[in-house]
Amino acid sequence: MTTMTLNAGPAVAAGDQAKNPAAEQNAVKTNAEIVKTVGQPFSDQAKLRMRNVNVFYGETQAIHDVSLDIGRNEVVAMIGPSGCGKSTFLRCLNRMNDTIEGCRVEGELTLDGEAIYGPKVDVVPLRARVGMVFQKPNPFPKSIYDNVAYGPKIHGIASRRAELDEIVENSLRRAGLWNEVKDRLDKPGTGLSGGQQQRLCIARAIAVSPEVILMDEPCSALDPIATARIEELIDELRENYTIAIVTHSMQQAARVSQRTAYFHLGKLVEVNDTETVFTNPEHELTEAYITGRFG
Amino acid sequence: MEMHFDQHISRQFNEDLESIKTEMLEMGGMVTRQVADAVEALATADSELAEKVLRVEEEIDRCEMELDEHATLIIAKRQPAASDLRMVMSIIRIARDLERVGDEASKIAKMAIALTEEGTAPRGYTEIRHIANAVRKMLNDSLDAYTRFDVKSAMETLAEDEQVDMDYRSAVREMITYMMEDPRSISRVMNVLWTLRSLERIGDHAKNICEQVVYLVEGADIRHGNEAKLR
Repeated sequence: MTTMTLNAGPAVAAGDQAKNPAAEQNAVKTNAEIVKTVGQPFSDQAKLRMRNVNVFYGETQAIHDVSLDIGRNEVVAMIGPSGCGKSTFLRCLNRMNDTIEGCRVEGELTLDGEAIYGPKVDVVPLRARVGMVFQKPNPFPKSIYDNVAYGPKIHGIASRRAELDEIVENSLRRAGLWNEVKDRLDKPGTGLSGGQQQRLCIARAIAVSPEVILMDEPCSALDPIATARIEELIDELRENYTIAIVTHSMQQAARVSQRTAYFHLGKLVEVNDTETVFTNPEHELTEAYITGRFG
Repeated sequence: MEMHFDQHISRQFNEDLESIKTEMLEMGGMVTRQVADAVEALATADSELAEKVLRVEEEIDRCEMELDEHATLIIAKRQPAASDLRMVMSIIRIARDLERVGDEASKIAKMAIALTEEGTAPRGYTEIRHIANAVRKMLNDSLDAYTRFDVKSAMETLAEDEQVDMDYRSAVREMITYMMEDPRSISRVMNVLWTLRSLERIGDHAKNICEQVVYLVEGADIRHGNEAKLR
């Protein structure tokens, strides 16, 4: 902790900080003084590249100058207290914030070097490339089969029944759900258990062959066994996809991700290897959050 | 340096961590006393004191098991992270070192009993006293550094082990000379040698404790010559 990078503003002289740890702590808690993200926010293998992202809801600024890369075949976990902006940031990555009135996104966001917020970007194919899984499982009120086949159909990925059958089976297999549902594909998706519904949503997301999967607290409504299945699945999916996951479970972040990003009051405080974040975080705000201290 | 182990939202967690730390330091106090008593028993041919060391040894073993159990419970209940995790891990490791120091102390106590029975004052006591004082200081200082989360003092104490190792080697050479001079002294001098060996090992354990202070405070694992990892 001696090497703690505080990034306090220039108003706080370094000498004062060293003399007075209490003042040092108070200084860093002021939002305006977290000026730079500590750790390793960037990746040589960036799939998603975000630079100086600011997000506003009307007059309120929800995200302050966040820069982060999400690498190919990497799972990045985003953690932080409620209202820290992690979900808002996640939703920028496939423009889900477009649907929110008064929401404005500034900064550079690219997927494989292409601007996500470019004027000519059509959000429908974008969201096919960057799929999303939500906190609450939200299967369509349709059969299990149609839930998975819907995306490929509307995106024109497959039209013939045989092709669709194959996609449905493959997606359900990869989501670890096939054996449980293969005999009742025509039954409503809403009739499955919570954990099964969430895996169905994952199957639905991967049916359109996305490149990136965004997960917003995918396990918060699930029991530990269903959670373990999803986590196992995330690890398998990493081979083919880039994954960003927002989670309130620190243990989950520690288990599934390679890098962890800690958000605090709309700022990105620290990004580091998950191992580092959970054993020896660089920033004391990260330390306070993951150890359950007053922060 | 502030480690803030008393600032968890869960007060019970604060108490749990505080309590295993206290337990470990109490065990450290007992073990330090054991080393002092064992050496004293040897130097003054006090077999009663040596017997006491052997009795207390069982208590120390029990302490280690209890501490292990409490640390395991904290891991199971709290899934500690960052400095909390390092504190629990360091305490588990230090408890093992302390238990081994206790073993060495009871070995010395056994030598004391053996040497007392022979009734002669063998040579080599000066060396034993000298090394014993050095390692007792190391042990004290290492635990003190842990209490105060003091990396600087831990590193200083850690460096003292080199001198202890040198003193040990030179004492061994001297003992070999005694044995060559007077082969009848071999069995007695061997007891002195084993004692010196035990003391040297205690120095190593104190060094391990210092390494855990660094691990706790800095998160750097400097064991096995990895001191460069200390940023």
